[in-house]
Amino acid sequence: MPDDVQAPKSFQEIILRLQTYWAGKGCAVLQPYDMEVGAGTFHPATTLRSLGTQPWAAAYVQPSRRPTDGRYGENPNRLQHYYQYQVLIKPSPPDLQELYLGSLEAIGVDMALHDIRFVEDDWESPTLGAWGLGWEVWCDGMEVSQFTYFQQVGGHDCHPVSGELTYGLERLAMYILGVDHVMDMPFNDPQTPIALSYGDIFKQTEEEYARWNFDTADTSVLLRHFDEAEAHCREILDAPHRDPKTGKRIVMVHPAYDQCIKASHLFNLLDARGVISVTERQAYIGRVRTLAKHCADAFVQTRAGGWQPESAA
Amino acid sequence: MPDLLIELFSEEIPARMQTRAAEDLRKLVTEGLVEAGLTYASAAAFSTPRRLTLTVEGLLAQSPTTVEERKGPRADAPEKAIEGFLRGAGLTRAELEERDTPKGRVLFARITKTGRPASQIVAEVLERVIRNFPWPKSMRWGEGALRWVRPLQSILCLLSDEAGAEVVPLTMEGISAGDTTAGHRFMAPDRFTVTGFDDYAAKLKRAFVVLEAAERADMIWHDATNQAFATGLEVVEDKGLLAEVAGLVEWPVVLMGRIGDDFLDLPPEVLQTSMKEHQKFFSVRNPKTGRIERFITVANRETADNGATILAGNEKVLAARLADAKFFWDNDLRMISAVGLEGMAKSLTQVTFHNKLGTQAERIARIEALAREIAPIVGAKPDLAAEAARIAKADLTSEMVYEFPELQGLMGRYYAEAAGHDDGVPQACEEHYAPLGPSDDVPTAPVSVAVALADKIDTLTGFWAIDEKPTGSKDPFALRRAALGVIRIVFNSSARLTLFSLFLEPVRRNLYEQAKHYKFAVLIKDENNKAIWVSPWTEQSDGKRDEITGEAPRVIWPYTELSTKFDRGEYAYAAGAFFNQKDGKEVETLPPSSKIVSDLLAFFHDRLKTYLRDQGIRHEVIDACIAMPGNDDLTLLVKRARALSDVLATEDGENLIQGFKRANNILRQAQEADGVEYSYGADVKFAETDAERALFAALDAAEAEIQPAMKAEDFTTAMAAMATLRAPIDAFFEAVQVNADNPTIRRNRLNLLSRITQICLSVADLTKIDG
Repeated sequence: MPDDVQAPKSFQEIILRLQTYWAGKGCAVLQPYDMEVGAGTFHPATTLRSLGTQPWAAAYVQPSRRPTDGRYGENPNRLQHYYQYQVLIKPSPPDLQELYLGSLEAIGVDMALHDIRFVEDDWESPTLGAWGLGWEVWCDGMEVSQFTYFQQVGGHDCHPVSGELTYGLERLAMYILGVDHVMDMPFNDPQTPIALSYGDIFKQTEEEYARWNFDTADTSVLLRHFDEAEAHCREILDAPHRDPKTGKRIVMVHPAYDQCIKASHLFNLLDARGVISVTERQAYIGRVRTLAKHCADAFVQTRAGGWQPESAA
Repeated sequence: MPDLLIELFSEEIPARMQTRAAEDLRKLVTEGLVEAGLTYASAAAFSTPRRLTLTVEGLLAQSPTTVEERKGPRADAPEKAIEGFLRGAGLTRAELEERDTPKGRVLFARITKTGRPASQIVAEVLERVIRNFPWPKSMRWGEGALRWVRPLQSILCLLSDEAGAEVVPLTMEGISAGDTTAGHRFMAPDRFTVTGFDDYAAKLKRAFVVLEAAERADMIWHDATNQAFATGLEVVEDKGLLAEVAGLVEWPVVLMGRIGDDFLDLPPEVLQTSMKEHQKFFSVRNPKTGRIERFITVANRETADNGATILAGNEKVLAARLADAKFFWDNDLRMISAVGLEGMAKSLTQVTFHNKLGTQAERIARIEALAREIAPIVGAKPDLAAEAARIAKADLTSEMVYEFPELQGLMGRYYAEAAGHDDGVPQACEEHYAPLGPSDDVPTAPVSVAVALADKIDTLTGFWAIDEKPTGSKDPFALRRAALGVIRIVFNSSARLTLFSLFLEPVRRNLYEQAKHYKFAVLIKDENNKAIWVSPWTEQSDGKRDEITGEAPRVIWPYTELSTKFDRGEYAYAAGAFFNQKDGKEVETLPPSSKIVSDLLAFFHDRLKTYLRDQGIRHEVIDACIAMPGNDDLTLLVKRARALSDVLATEDGENLIQGFKRANNILRQAQEADGVEYSYGADVKFAETDAERALFAALDAAEAEIQPAMKAEDFTTAMAAMATLRAPIDAFFEAVQVNADNPTIRRNRLNLLSRITQICLSVADLTKIDG
């Protein structure tokens, strides 16, 4: 380990170091999106902001939910609720790989002792209509991050291209801290008077959600909500751009996109309940993708998406 | 003569693309150079995860100057014509030369193309190659428009000779070609200058980069086998993995690690698959027990602790992976001991096989029925074949196969053994998918054969019933492979299958499945050709027969009852049309099942032709045999084809075809001219010549031999007897004029020709053979 880097002591210290590192590299450090999402990519700071021509640099933690991965807190590595650390920079800087490796050093990975590899992994999100090329980054054979150059999002070609980094925080932190079971991982400094482990905070919630996700979530309600979110998303986007009250041009992309995120999470819940057959699966994914595409179409019609008043027809 | 060195340095290139990319770079650049007039002595290309490198030796320093002479219009041609010629040649009127020719004074142009320096040409060629590089998948990055496999970071492009090295001037998307490169990403990241290929390769090695992929693979294999050998173990060979791993590292360092004791009892295939697919580890085996006991991983660097940290990390990751695998294995075994494999297969009722062909469970029911029917033909007990068919796909619902789809079948065998199945049933679970490729082994155990055939025949008849056949290069359901599988299994076993009758029932079942999907009725005709409608969309079975009235169909029978009610094979045949449930309107007309089966059989015959062509049997020979009765018995068909092929290879056989054709042509022409069919009544008493009489005798003798031989399927004897006709037929045509003046004689001779053709055609349809 380089002399100037101390080993981190806790999960939260690793997060704080990443925040500090990326803030130092010029990223706006954002907060998590306040909705249930399956991955950090769903945060509008990534999906929507990767569209259009406006430069962008953001980093944030995103709590992510994958109902099917719930194991009642018993599996050492699998959780239905976990954290991702997400960085999105547009246009992708030429030294993004070096920036990324710097972040690993910042959280205590000694490059002189470990084996870091970039292994081909093409990323695709069928629900977002998005794909990119890049790698999974291996540290001593363990996948610690996903590194992607976005080529298309919501059916739109990305110009310029964004570079996206996604860290699976629990797995990475367990490796750095030398912990074998996620629930044993120190969340705050283990030397503090009230030391809390990951399990102290999340063991009970993992049990509760696993039971609910797998066995008790009311599927008829979920199905209805899915249909409603889908319809609502379309209605919001269909509203005329001119707001009759203020007279301003207001395209309501983010409210519509919230409904798209909702539909996506509802689909994940239905999937965990095992009520979606193999054939239906594709149809549901297609429905969410259509919403994501409509939102992307609308976003590029806004200022943040690069729209200019004079370019409007 | 200068040498050229090019290095395209980028972020990590996917391992599977590197070798091809290096080869493409060599080919495209050298072709471009040669096209521009720059020939060279030799060229070689290399790849590592971060670079494609090309070295070209003995390149011309500049392209040769060329002179082209072009003939133009006459000197007195209209002004416009001369202007056009000048434009094309890029010259002025004064630069043209006038010469006397037989056509008068004509203008000639001498166009000189001055040679250009190599650096100019290399820059142009390289830029074009980079912009149009045939990557399987490429991307853009940053704000640029350039596409490369991953971001291109630098270009090294150097022409060097005794006088020194010169950078080729080239700038693309902000990248200027230079004379520097970088070493290993972590061990020697600084950039350094090179003067030529030898200097480049030597400096790279000092900077911890092995340029040649083959050298890296050799290093890995050598170190891996040595380390395994030192502990009395051996590395499980895997060439694909070796090539891939060699593409993941620039400086390979081989490390051997331990597998936790808890996991050593997992099936070796599970260990191997998990280690290879997830971690790209080699398996290390104990040669005495066959157990996988260690793994080999290949790191990309040396470390101060000799890889201890790296190895510990890899062992930890593997333990987590194998904990998952063990978790799946234990869960699956627990489920099997609770509900058995048939219980495990229950959830296949929820899994759609194809939306027109029902669920996996319905498919399994069809395969079971078929396997039961095939079993006695291939020497298997029907109950065992049915049992195997019921559980063969249960492992698709197992957690292990969900995680490792490539273990399907194999896990089926392990789980069937664990569930106490025996008598070839576990083996059938594994082998019923076989053969997958043309070089794959075909199953030979009777139960395996029955289920493997049933599985493939259900697939084929199903997709034929819903008209989803392969077209051109599209064969998404691998139906060609399935048909070839059936062919190979049949040839490999002594069983005789008549495919037509074997296909008929599954086609009907699959039509029924499709009707269920559409909620339409299927037309079934009874023995009196009376139409009956069967609506399969709901399975309440108190329905009665109902004659078609043009109204909504009302008879509702599940298929299983249907086949007993309509004593299969004798009458009921499904299809004809699907009718809409509500208004009885015809929505889709389908060919009758017999037509679908004939069509499928023709597909088999096509596959068979391809298969036999590789064994040296010509298409037309197979066609001649397909035209004979019993062509749905592939064993019979091939036996006949081989015999025919053999006899055609003899001189007698080849000439017999000529004789047969001649006889057939004369006969056909006479029949057309006379409007009469000459088929019967040739009598030796009207024979006028010895040759004629000899032919009569030869035909009698041949027929006496051919008929019993054909009955015994002894085609070799029958064909040989047929070939003996060659000499008498030749002699007959030599000596006799068929179209004699005497009408009685003529008729007799034509009838004789008819006998020749009939005897020959009873063996094979020789009209299909090109003579």
